[in-house]
Amino acid sequence: MNKDIVIDLKDISVAFDGQPVLKNLNLYIRNREFITLLGPSGCGKTTTLRVIAGFLEPDSGDVIFDGASCLGVPPHKRQVNTIFQRYALFPHLNVYKNVAFGLKLLRLPAAEVERRVEEMLRTVNLTGFERRSVASLSGGQQQRVAIARALAVRPRVLLLDEPLGALDLKLRKDMQMELKNIQQQLGITFIYVTHDQEEALSMSDTIVVMDEGEIQQIGTPKDIYDEPKNAFVADFIGESNIVDGVMLADFRVRFAGMTFQCVDKGFAPSERVDVVVRPEDVDIVPPGSGVLQGTVTSVTFKGVHYEFIVDVQGFKWLIQSTDVQAVDDVIGISIKPDEIHIMKKSKYSDLVGDYSCFSDEFEEMSNPETDSEEEEE
Amino acid sequence: MRKKNSPWLNAPYVLWSALFILAPLALVAVFAFTDQAGRFSLASFEYIAQNQQLYLKTFGDSLAYALEATVICLLLAFPLAYFMANARQRTQRLLMMLIMVPMWMNFVICTYSWRSILEDHGILNTALAWLHGLVSKEAFRPPALLDTPGAVVLGMVYNYLPFMILPIYTVMSKLEPSLTEAAQDLGANRWRVLEQVVVPLSIPGVVSGVTMVFVPSVSTFYISQKLGGGSSLIGDLIELQFLGSAYNFSLGAALSLILMAIVLVCMLVMKQFSDGEESAFVV
Ligand SMILES: Nc1ncnc2c1ncn2[C@@H]1O[C@H](COP(=O)(O)OP(=O)(O)O)[C@@H](O)[C@H]1O
Ligand SMILES: [Mg+2]
Repeated sequence: MNKDIVIDLKDISVAFDGQPVLKNLNLYIRNREFITLLGPSGCGKTTTLRVIAGFLEPDSGDVIFDGASCLGVPPHKRQVNTIFQRYALFPHLNVYKNVAFGLKLLRLPAAEVERRVEEMLRTVNLTGFERRSVASLSGGQQQRVAIARALAVRPRVLLLDEPLGALDLKLRKDMQMELKNIQQQLGITFIYVTHDQEEALSMSDTIVVMDEGEIQQIGTPKDIYDEPKNAFVADFIGESNIVDGVMLADFRVRFAGMTFQCVDKGFAPSERVDVVVRPEDVDIVPPGSGVLQGTVTSVTFKGVHYEFIVDVQGFKWLIQSTDVQAVDDVIGISIKPDEIHIMKKSKYSDLVGDYSCFSDEFEEMSNPETDSEEEEE
Repeated sequence: MRKKNSPWLNAPYVLWSALFILAPLALVAVFAFTDQAGRFSLASFEYIAQNQQLYLKTFGDSLAYALEATVICLLLAFPLAYFMANARQRTQRLLMMLIMVPMWMNFVICTYSWRSILEDHGILNTALAWLHGLVSKEAFRPPALLDTPGAVVLGMVYNYLPFMILPIYTVMSKLEPSLTEAAQDLGANRWRVLEQVVVPLSIPGVVSGVTMVFVPSVSTFYISQKLGGGSSLIGDLIELQFLGSAYNFSLGAALSLILMAIVLVCMLVMKQFSDGEESAFVV
């Protein structure tokens, strides 16, 4: 058994009212790792954290902490602390007393409590706020108090449930950096939950992509981005063109009516596959000389690059490039072998299509969690 | 820009307050400071001062009874409200019904029915006699339950308990579950969670409840007559002046004013506890 593993979730299943929410989840978490659970709202991220923190007993499976099962151990006896989705600061206590809450329960001497509170407030840049009431703080400051309060008791593992969800973009970016720094400085294992793929990619050592209570893929941000395991991951992590294809042989795939060289192998002959091409990996070349040919139907300037929707035989491709093109221009499209990524067909294959409408924006709009959070701000 | 409300919109409320709150108060004050013929007079207050022995005792008794009833209500209501707030929705609704039902019944009937329960040969003593018969051959001498201070406090607790439960329950059921979870997460067991999070955050409800039980208890006039035998509290004395044999409006009004002053002081003391926190019981 690996000594380096702090938490090992074995075959965890949870159902609410007969509705499965986690399905045979297997996941181990290494010491000092920054691991992120990433997935759309409702996929079971919070539920996973609640199982680890002890607020929820799984219907089946085991939670191993430091080599021993901690099923049945109540939350107050677990060396795990949580940053709740809405901070959950105690409104009747000031900043100092909030941070000191856990320390006093440990019956530490008063001087030690004070030393540690001051240390934590320094870490989160809130020195001088001791006597302030938590209600008088801004969202970002409340967030810092929550972090200080949880870290003051020196947990082995910190669980963070969408901690930056309610902050505006700028503050969010700053806090991402700060959290990452704090994690590295203190050497604590972070289990971070978010539905924001950019946040996950920029902060994590390991990303766990979840959907419908199942883990879709576990890997480093680079793995997940470059080698998505199925159409769901490819679609959820960044923009991608996902095209129906057929594996002709090792290193040869046919899609969009043409045959391409690729770097993937090990599929059955003529196996139907999903082909992923990232929008920034497509090269625009003069028409005719390219392997594929299409018509530009929309152009959006994105600050650094342009984003084009290109109609190739009725399938809308998303292409990012710094070259200028105009609507109705006919362009050639060239894709290098190592920019073609082949995935096995999955239940998600039919759900993700082309870019005839901006599915991403629709997703954002119909995401109830984001909506409500923005309203409450 | 918000449109300024027309002063006429407030008119019904102002009229209402004037008619039903200020006018009776003014009337009480007028009665207290006039004599039978309607001339200004401090006779009633002088009379009270001369008989202060009697009145001090009555006021003291009233405060003591009310305090006792309030404390008992609080001790009963707090755990019950806590249990309710944490029970399943269906249990909560059922308990709420059970608490409300006595409030729908007439106060006089409720109090009167306690008489028949507590009487020497009432329901309770009959039951006790039966139990006594099971274990002993000796004749059963029924304990006096009715016409005791205990019966008066019981009557107050019975009548006013819902006013303690409801505000506390309201506050508790609005507590964010994540607050108790955060406390547990930081190492608090059930008792610590209760002591350090639930109790302090329920204070506004407790303050409302205490006020709503104490104030009517201290001025009650029916319970003590029906359940306390001859014992009379300040409410009874006041009633006597207006409806009873004494028929001295001026004295009754003077006593009322003094009682109001005492209640006001009590409320101010309570307010220190709540420390400006808004009242929890919003009707
Ligand atoms: N206490 C509960 N009772 C019933 N259903 C629940 C409960 N908690 C969560 N769920 C359901 O479980 C699913 C996963 O929830 P959650 O873990 O909170 O998702 P996420 O945090 O990924 O958004 C959701 O469909 C949610 O409605
Ligand atoms: Mg969640």
